[in-house]
Amino acid sequence: MTLDPYRRTRRRLLLAPTTLTLLLFMVLPMLLMGWMSLLAPDTYGGVRWKEWSLDAYVQFLYERDLDDSLTLNSDYLQIFGRSFLLAGFATVVTLLIGFPTALYIALKEEKTRQRLILLISIPFWTNLLVRTYAWMLLLRNGGLIDSSLSALGLSQGTLDVLYTPTAVAIGFVYSFLPFMVLPIYTSLEKMDWRLVEAAFDLGANRWLALRRVILPLAMPGIVAGCLLVFIPAIGSYFIPELLGGGKSLMIGNLIQNQFGTARNWPFGAALSFMLLALVLLVMWIYTRRFQRPPGE
Amino acid sequence: MQASNTLWRFRGVTPTAMLAFVYLYLPIVVLVVLSFNANRIATLWTGFSFDWYLKVMDNDNILRATKNSLIIACGATVLATSFATMAALAMAGKRFRGQAFINAMLGLPLLVPEIVTAVASLLFFLALGLDLGLLTVLIAHTVFCIPFAYLPIRARLEGLDPRLAEAAADLYAGPFATFRRVTLPLILPGVLSGAMLAFIVSLDDFVITFFVAGAGATTLPVYIFGLIRMGITPEVNAVSALMLLVSIAFVALSYWMGQRKS
Repeated sequence: MTLDPYRRTRRRLLLAPTTLTLLLFMVLPMLLMGWMSLLAPDTYGGVRWKEWSLDAYVQFLYERDLDDSLTLNSDYLQIFGRSFLLAGFATVVTLLIGFPTALYIALKEEKTRQRLILLISIPFWTNLLVRTYAWMLLLRNGGLIDSSLSALGLSQGTLDVLYTPTAVAIGFVYSFLPFMVLPIYTSLEKMDWRLVEAAFDLGANRWLALRRVILPLAMPGIVAGCLLVFIPAIGSYFIPELLGGGKSLMIGNLIQNQFGTARNWPFGAALSFMLLALVLLVMWIYTRRFQRPPGE
Repeated sequence: MQASNTLWRFRGVTPTAMLAFVYLYLPIVVLVVLSFNANRIATLWTGFSFDWYLKVMDNDNILRATKNSLIIACGATVLATSFATMAALAMAGKRFRGQAFINAMLGLPLLVPEIVTAVASLLFFLALGLDLGLLTVLIAHTVFCIPFAYLPIRARLEGLDPRLAEAAADLYAGPFATFRRVTLPLILPGVLSGAMLAFIVSLDDFVITFFVAGAGATTLPVYIFGLIRMGITPEVNAVSALMLLVSIAFVALSYWMGQRKS
């Protein structure tokens, strides 16, 4: 390959459009966002470029009283806590449904497997906003679930589930289920099933084979699936906006609000930055723990 | 293979899987069925009708939003796919310094929550003094489409025999001729599926567009969101069902193309 003296130049030219686009329009904006979170807000949105201020981060924990003293305010912490709980709950439930589903698919014949995986991936590629809207049709009072329950005599009065945290949880599990099934299926598909046969031959029952052989081997897929569910769920904006009411406000709604009615850009930037830091922290732990270079 | 042995039947697996499939498809089916509902009250079935679809086709705002969506999706697909193809070619060669950094950067749009990307892009465009409109949406979409276009192309290049390009070089083909006559035809399925993913991801995006679109560049999902917030109506059902059917057709098409290749 030393025959080609232009190799490096050509490589740089080939990489330039992608690298420049990502540096300029992805990395730089994030840095700018971090910077703007340290500035003072302007009255009608925007920032005062020359006025440094930690107010955005102070505001997250404290409230400024009329006499300028700070009192602890847990409102925003509660919103972060709720986001964690809802995203965590969604992760656990998708895992409980997703693992058996992936196992079911992995145990089928080759042709059937391909079709079932296509069935799992179709919702993944269709518009999430529209599918969330479909849940509004299902969950609202007088909607399909409500009216079938009353028709069967299973409920008195109305369902009252739309615009509650329960509806948000249902929406999360629904939206992110494919993100759990696909990586788990990938790790199960790559698995050497003779190991499970060996476990059976050695007298293991199904439960023991599952716990001691299949689960450990599927672990990379399970962990990847949990991340793929948790990260978009915690930053989700329109699912809580449409399915949850005022009482299920999440981080995403709080951030959007700073650019809408609240008009506090530095606070919005600070909240986004905290969310970003959180996601990067989770990813860092994940790569440290699960993607060690071989031989370490 | 394994399924024939009763030992392989784990209790509860089949019902859970069935439940998962019903759960995934119930909302889609309900939405599509209700979009053909004659009744003004969107969730009460009274009879079959195409009226709402005709109303949608007659709505100038929806048509304008669809036009914006298509312009942006086509533009972002062309840009992202060509950038990604070039990058994948460079990344597939010999290892070089900075490769890990570029890989990390390519993962960024997939990893960072959409709302964070949306806020960062909005602040960046405003700080630059750019007017929010088609251009800002196009830039933002190109950014997050790049990784979706990149991954299938990179995977295709991975399976490519490097000796083919070497043979072309031995036969006095220049780098460009080698690419056009040897590499490109071989990676074309990857390029096509990358382009399709980019197109569908751009067409479906809501959160980032919602932040950077401004008033003039409303796309279809942003317009639908506005309608939903105003209330559940049969028109929303119809336009939503159309959106779903287009996506499903696209996925099915790309699956069918993949099947034909192998």
